[in-house]
Amino acid sequence: MRLILIGLLAGFFSALFGVGGGIVIVPLLLVAGWKIRTATGTSLAAIGITASAGAAVYAVHGQVEPAYAALVGVPAAFGALAGTTLQQRLPVRTLSFLFAALLVAIAIRMLVQ
Amino acid sequence: MTYALAVVLGVVAGTLSGLFGVGGGILFVPILTWLGLTQLHAEASSLLAIVPTVVVGVWRQQRYGNVRWRAAGILGVASVAAAVGGAQLAVSLPEATLKRLFAVLLILTAGQIAWRARRKQP
Repeated sequence: MRLILIGLLAGFFSALFGVGGGIVIVPLLLVAGWKIRTATGTSLAAIGITASAGAAVYAVHGQVEPAYAALVGVPAAFGALAGTTLQQRLPVRTLSFLFAALLVAIAIRMLVQ
Repeated sequence: MTYALAVVLGVVAGTLSGLFGVGGGILFVPILTWLGLTQLHAEASSLLAIVPTVVVGVWRQQRYGNVRWRAAGILGVASVAAAVGGAQLAVSLPEATLKRLFAVLLILTAGQIAWRARRKQP
C-alpha cells in the first residue's frame, strides 16, 4: 500500500518536472526502513517505467523531441558509466558542494531569465 | 553545431549524475532548454532521454542484487496513473511558471546533495 502511494507521488512529480522521480522515491523508501543501496537500485528500475510512461503521455500531446532526447540521452548513458567509476577515485564529498552550487546557479539563471 | 553540443552536454550530464547519484533529468531539462526547446518540450523530451541511462544503471545495480523487482513493478505501475495528471498540469501551466517551479526543484536538489555530503563527512 505504501509503495502504491510512493509510486503515485513519484509519477505525478516525474511527469510535472520531466525528471525521474528518484528524489521522491529514494528518501521515502529510506523512511520506510529500506537500505540505501536497495532503495537506489529499486528506485532506478521504477523510474524506467515512470519515465517511459511520462514520455508516452507527452508524446500523445506531441511535445517529445525524439532526436534531441537521443542526442542527449544516449551519450549520457555512457557518461553515467564513467561517472560511477570515477566516484571511487575522486573526493566526491568536496565536489558535491561545487555541484550543488552549480545547480543553484542554473536555478538563478532560470529565475531571472 | 547544436547536435555536437547536445552530445557533449549529454556526456557531461551523464557523468555528473553518475558521480553525484542524481537522476539525469535534473540536468537534461536545463540542457534541452539551452539547446532551444521550450520548458514543456524539454521536460517531455527529458523523460525519454532518461531511459537509456536508467537501462544501463539498472543493469549494473541488478548485478549487485540491489533491485527488488516486485517493489519496482508496484512503484512503476502506480506512477503511470499519476504521470497522466502530472503531464496534464504541466501542459496547463504557463511556461514561465513551469520554469520557476523547476528552478525551485533545482535548489531543493542542491540542498539535498549538500546535506548528504555534510552528513557523510567524518
